Amino acid sequence: MDVIIQPEPVAPMVAPAVSERSQARRETVRVLLRRPAFIIGNIVIFGWIICAVLGQRITPYDPFNYFAAGHLPPSPEHWMGTDRLGRDVLSRVMVGSRDVLIVAPLAALLGVAAGTLLGLIMGYYRGRVDDVLSRLVEAFLALPVILVGLLTLVVLGTSPLVVIFVVGILFTPIVARTVRSAVLSERELDYVTAAKLRGETGLFILSREIFPNVLGPTVVEMTVRFGYAIFTVATLSFLGVGLQPPSPDWGLSVSQEYTNMISGVWWSTLFPALAIASTVVAVNLIADSLQSALNE
Amino acid sequence: MARFITRRLLLALVTLWLLATIVFVIANVLPADVGRTILGPFAPQESVDALNHRLGTDRPIVVRYVDSMKGIITLDFGESFVSGQPVLPALLGAVGRSAKLAGLALIITIPISIIAGLYAARRRDRKADRAIVLLGVTSSSIPEFITATILVVVVGVQLGWLPVVATAPPNADIVTQIRYLLMPAIAMAIVYFGYIARMTRAGAIDVLQSDYARTATMKGLTTSQTMRHHVLRNALVPTVAVIAVQIGYLFGGIIAVEKIFNYNGMGATMLFAAQNKDLPMLTAGVLIIGIVYMMATLAADVIMAWMNPRIRLDATA
Repeated sequence: MDVIIQPEPVAPMVAPAVSERSQARRETVRVLLRRPAFIIGNIVIFGWIICAVLGQRITPYDPFNYFAAGHLPPSPEHWMGTDRLGRDVLSRVMVGSRDVLIVAPLAALLGVAAGTLLGLIMGYYRGRVDDVLSRLVEAFLALPVILVGLLTLVVLGTSPLVVIFVVGILFTPIVARTVRSAVLSERELDYVTAAKLRGETGLFILSREIFPNVLGPTVVEMTVRFGYAIFTVATLSFLGVGLQPPSPDWGLSVSQEYTNMISGVWWSTLFPALAIASTVVAVNLIADSLQSALNE
Repeated sequence: MARFITRRLLLALVTLWLLATIVFVIANVLPADVGRTILGPFAPQESVDALNHRLGTDRPIVVRYVDSMKGIITLDFGESFVSGQPVLPALLGAVGRSAKLAGLALIITIPISIIAGLYAARRRDRKADRAIVLLGVTSSSIPEFITATILVVVVGVQLGWLPVVATAPPNADIVTQIRYLLMPAIAMAIVYFGYIARMTRAGAIDVLQSDYARTATMKGLTTSQTMRHHVLRNALVPTVAVIAVQIGYLFGGIIAVEKIFNYNGMGATMLFAAQNKDLPMLTAGVLIIGIVYMMATLAADVIMAWMNPRIRLDATA
């Protein structure tokens, strides 16, 4: 999906440019706060962050060391029932946000940082560098993310750090492509020519002139990637190569409980599944509002 | 057109070579010792050495690289470490079964998504449009295995409308087979609805704002006439691209769906290979999906060039 970039108006001098930029930023925030999707998305994410931070202090039972009878249906004592070992599903769903909310943002951050760097270089220098890197990006894009994740995690052994690394690397080319196209439209603008005529180095122009102006699409890309990172990490955990037991991770819980659905035990699978769904949808609502607010 | 296709084909070959190299690096360079990776830290050194010798991974990296590239050209992807059989026939069978599932998902999702996208574009910024966009964001952001889980609980277990496994009994007729594949296909179709509908909507809105669409309206055509004769063909160009890209993802998401529905396709084969650290099978699987993806994007480029001559002039110029 291509992000449509509208070049910001370029002011002639440095000082007004800054205030104009901060004014534009205030304007964007105001537009965002009027969007219900943005508000709802943030409330949901904030809720999960509170669960992740407070963890066992607010769960009704100990999510790891409390055992009732296995597979009790939802009841006033256990709102979401118990899992196969008799652990309280609600308590585990509450602390289950912890791992994914650490792993997914870090993976997204890695992908966006590396991708932005690559995209800036490809878009600004063009020519041979761009040709070679573009081919490489194309080849990476042909790789099925989940399958390569599976292969790499089998090869390297699985740990949260490896998951972050693998997902981040796989996201890099996608981000690079977006940033590259944003840079392509910026580099033709007068302020870049002016900087060149002033005799600034390529590094200065990239980091101080172009980068601030492609920050908008980069922020959008960060939220979009965050959503996909949750998607990918959850799927990898479900496939058994992501987060490992006894983590109460949602994807892992679904993977350990889903075979019981057929015999009518749906609660131990459905609630962690809904938790994943609520998180990715919330992140995508935020990303979508950001994207349209920045394009307005 | 011939020049355009030749050019794209050559570029695809370069991409394929890079793709094969990346996969080679992941499987051969990342692990310090392939035999050790497969057998684990506690296996005796002799069995590790023996396995490395059997797999050919005790040879220098350059020899292995040349060998694996040769293998791709001659369609020899090596033998499975588990069964000792060549991996290609096993994989092709699995790809075929997965393609059935993926094909059904696409048949369900493409018409519905395109119609929804076009409708949303016509009703831009009204309630129906907002609802379709919101539905699109939601449906495409939820992982397939979550959608599949919810479907199994609601449609399979509570309502009992559809079977909760994907494999039909042997010798079942085509209708029964489709019935068994329906729920996993719907789980995948839901994810793709969002992408395709949003792309179609964006494409149609672009075209509706163009001068020729305005001219068509001003000369007195009804909205549906304008849509049919002027908007559709151009608006679908980005949609075709997105469908092609999704075919690659389709095979990624299919792994989890096949696991939930216990279906013996590409996903089951890859998971089994992953559990047994069957590297030849895994690398060949990644390569084959990569090739499928590249062929899909190539086909999409050709279709797009056929739909919009400006694209092929651009590329050959």
